[in-house]
Amino acid sequence: MEDKIEKHTIAVLVDNEPGVLARVIGLFSGRGYNIESLTVAEVNNADHLSRITLVTSGTRMVVEQIKAQLDRLVPVHKVHDLTDEGPSVERELALVKVAGTGDRRIEALRLADIFKAKVVDATLTSFVFELTGTTAEVDDFVGLMAQLGLVEASRTGVVAMSKGAAGF
Amino acid sequence: MPEQKLTGAQIVIKALKDQGVDIIFGYPGGAVLPIYDAIFQQNDIKHILVRHEQAAVHAAEGYARSTGKVGCVLVTSGPGATNAVTGLLDALCDSIPLVCLSGQVPTHLIGNDAFQEADTTGITRPCTKHNYLVKDVNQLARTMHEAFYVARSGRPGPVLIDIPKDVQFADGTYIPPTEVKHKTYRPQVKPEIARVEEAIELIANAKRPIFYTGGGVVNAGPIAAKLLTQFVKLTGFPITSTLMGLGAFPASETQWLGMLGMHGTYEANLAMYNCDVMINIGARFDDRVTGKLSEFAPGSKKIHVDIDPSSINKNVAVDIPIVGDAGAVLEDMIRIWKARQKRADQAALKEWWGQIDGWRARNCLNYNRTEAVIKPQYALERLREALRGKNHYVTTEVGQHQMWAAQFLPFDEPNRWMTSGGLGTMGYGLPAAIGAQLAHPDAIVVDVSGEASFLMNMQEIGTAVQYRAPVKIFILNNKYMGMVRQWQELLHGSRYSNSYSEALPDFVKLAESWGCVGLRATTVAEVDEVIEKMLAVTDRPCIVDIAVDPKENCFPMIPGGKAHNEILFGPEDSPSDATPEDGMVLV
Ligand SMILES: Cc1cc2nc3c(=O)[nH]c(=O)nc-3n(C[C@H](O)[C@H](O)[C@H](O)COP(=O)(O)OP(=O)(O)OC[C@H]3O[C@@H](n4cnc5c(N)ncnc54)[C@H](O)[C@@H]3O)c2cc1C
Ligand SMILES: Cc1ncc(C[n+]2csc(CCOP(=O)(O)OP(=O)(O)O)c2C)c(N)n1
Ligand SMILES: [Mg+2]
Repeated sequence: MEDKIEKHTIAVLVDNEPGVLARVIGLFSGRGYNIESLTVAEVNNADHLSRITLVTSGTRMVVEQIKAQLDRLVPVHKVHDLTDEGPSVERELALVKVAGTGDRRIEALRLADIFKAKVVDATLTSFVFELTGTTAEVDDFVGLMAQLGLVEASRTGVVAMSKGAAGF
Repeated sequence: MPEQKLTGAQIVIKALKDQGVDIIFGYPGGAVLPIYDAIFQQNDIKHILVRHEQAAVHAAEGYARSTGKVGCVLVTSGPGATNAVTGLLDALCDSIPLVCLSGQVPTHLIGNDAFQEADTTGITRPCTKHNYLVKDVNQLARTMHEAFYVARSGRPGPVLIDIPKDVQFADGTYIPPTEVKHKTYRPQVKPEIARVEEAIELIANAKRPIFYTGGGVVNAGPIAAKLLTQFVKLTGFPITSTLMGLGAFPASETQWLGMLGMHGTYEANLAMYNCDVMINIGARFDDRVTGKLSEFAPGSKKIHVDIDPSSINKNVAVDIPIVGDAGAVLEDMIRIWKARQKRADQAALKEWWGQIDGWRARNCLNYNRTEAVIKPQYALERLREALRGKNHYVTTEVGQHQMWAAQFLPFDEPNRWMTSGGLGTMGYGLPAAIGAQLAHPDAIVVDVSGEASFLMNMQEIGTAVQYRAPVKIFILNNKYMGMVRQWQELLHGSRYSNSYSEALPDFVKLAESWGCVGLRATTVAEVDEVIEKMLAVTDRPCIVDIAVDPKENCFPMIPGGKAHNEILFGPEDSPSDATPEDGMVLV
């Protein structure tokens, strides 16, 4: 039980100052923690605050240690474990390029419709789809496209937020 | 009032003064010349010119640990900064508060592979508690004050500020410390009272309790050490400490069991192994202390007091975690203990002490007292007697001599003992002794050294001579990297690969070449006399070469990966048959 590997989505509010991302990434590489995905962007322009969303996995003890280590970085304001703190929504955005003609092209378009992906670029021989969804949905979509002429996929990684009225 | 403009270099000096800095350890170079110029033009801050930047940092550590203040370092860009890296990591590992200023190439050249450019903030990021690159002179004063705040608050540590040369020349506005408040960093000092109450109940009902204390009590300050002593006496419980916590509880008290861990005493380690309640205050369950984790104090409930939440449940899961300053927590513990009129279970405690006294009777630090050769333990026993009652500080290098010093030199106060514990940096002791000596000019400061470690930073004798710091370098010369030799003997079939100290200098002549006093003892009969002569030197450094038994090993020893009850007492015990492979890989 102790050693069960858990997957956690953690949101971190940091001062958007030079080196802050290097600190977070250095922490993970230096201490041998996993990063499955990491996204970052400024969310509060006036106070120069950035929000980092990261997905990591480890035993309960390791996950607790990861949070404590993040929290002791000097420019870190808050650390929230969205997985622990109740229901949350998680989304990824992906751009997926598919090339092909004939039936394969039609099938790609049909699947895109089912997944509610948008066409953001089209040529006679290719599409670029934009898709938002959970990681699993994006995985499924990319997996299907792989059989229909996938050229490349670009994904943002997970952004996440707790459900309900309360904020960070 | 018109705003007063200062140059960046002047801002640095003013900020240092306002932070109460009286000594800065450093070494000049092109990228810090404006700051050196500003140092030249004032008299409040004394600059100590070291001979190597690593030593500047260790000297600042010795200064900081012996005074409780923030140590201060100044180095140039490129090689100056990279030379300081080992010292910074040493301070990080041992939670020593430092501020290190480094010069940097001018802002417009950063990233151009300019002369003596190094990515100093990049290189030192994992070696500091925090670091800054200041590109705007108007942020300099704020950054300086923040750096001091971060260095000394919470779990202390080194902070580096990288200052490009153009910023040192530029004019900017100074702000005093009172106007600077950190945006995010507020470590929790006061504990959650409910947790302390829970702890008190557990403590009061303990049958086989033990206090396990560490460097955090020293970090918390002398008052915390007083409170610790008071609480330990109130309970009547036994107490042991890590290497880093020595002196927080007086070694002369009967409740003191000596140091625990790999080279700790039999009684301390067995009391840990058999305890039912462990009260950890400011120690971090280091692997050198816990040994085999699955067999670490297997039947115990654990209380852990630490100011750094990341120390809690890192290596060892505990039952009652308390985040807070050791002093603040001890104050609450004593108050609640008294208010609830608690008293330890006297019958159980009596039995427990009976058991402990049995282990004590094993006399684990005993060694072969011979007249034929100077045993290192004997030399330290004689040093101990000579220092008794005198105002003294001890630093060490790293190796067997360090462990013997921890075992044989008793400390009754905190801040008297300085050693590199977490990083184990050979070459720490001499510069640290100089830092401690400059902070306490009238005290006796001894660096207990090994011949190999001494060579790592011996250039600092020059510093000690220049500033008339009468440090005593007490070399237990076994002609080996003894600690390495010991592991090779015990774990690698006595194949002494590269651990012999070949081509040693004549330490007496070396001392004389610097105008210091050099002394040597080669027989047991000479030891006392040499120590007496050493202590009589008060105006210059003194190097003492004690020719000790090259074959002596440091016991007791718990080999890597073993449990607290699997202790080797001496040469007659061999670990080789039983050392597990997972133990062999441990350092
Ligand atoms: C050759 C060699 C052999 C060694 N053998 C041994 C050995 O046998 N036994 C041994 O004990 N060590 C030994 N060491 C040292 C060992 O490596 C560790 O450095 C040491 O055990 C750590 O001590 P500590 O747990 O007190 O932690 P420290 O490194 O002193 O850390 C202090 C802890 O207290 C916390 N803290 C800081 N400030 C406060 C505060 N104000 N209030 C509350 N908490 C605070 C910190 O967050 C941290 O968790 C050896 C080292 C060497 C080089
Ligand atoms: C900078 C550094 N390099 C290597 C080591 C590994 N090491 C630990 S103890 C030791 C030997 C120390 O020899 P000496 O100073 O003579 O002390 P002794 O063990 O003989 O008392 C070595 C090489 C270290 N701790 N630090
Ligand atoms: Mg030696």
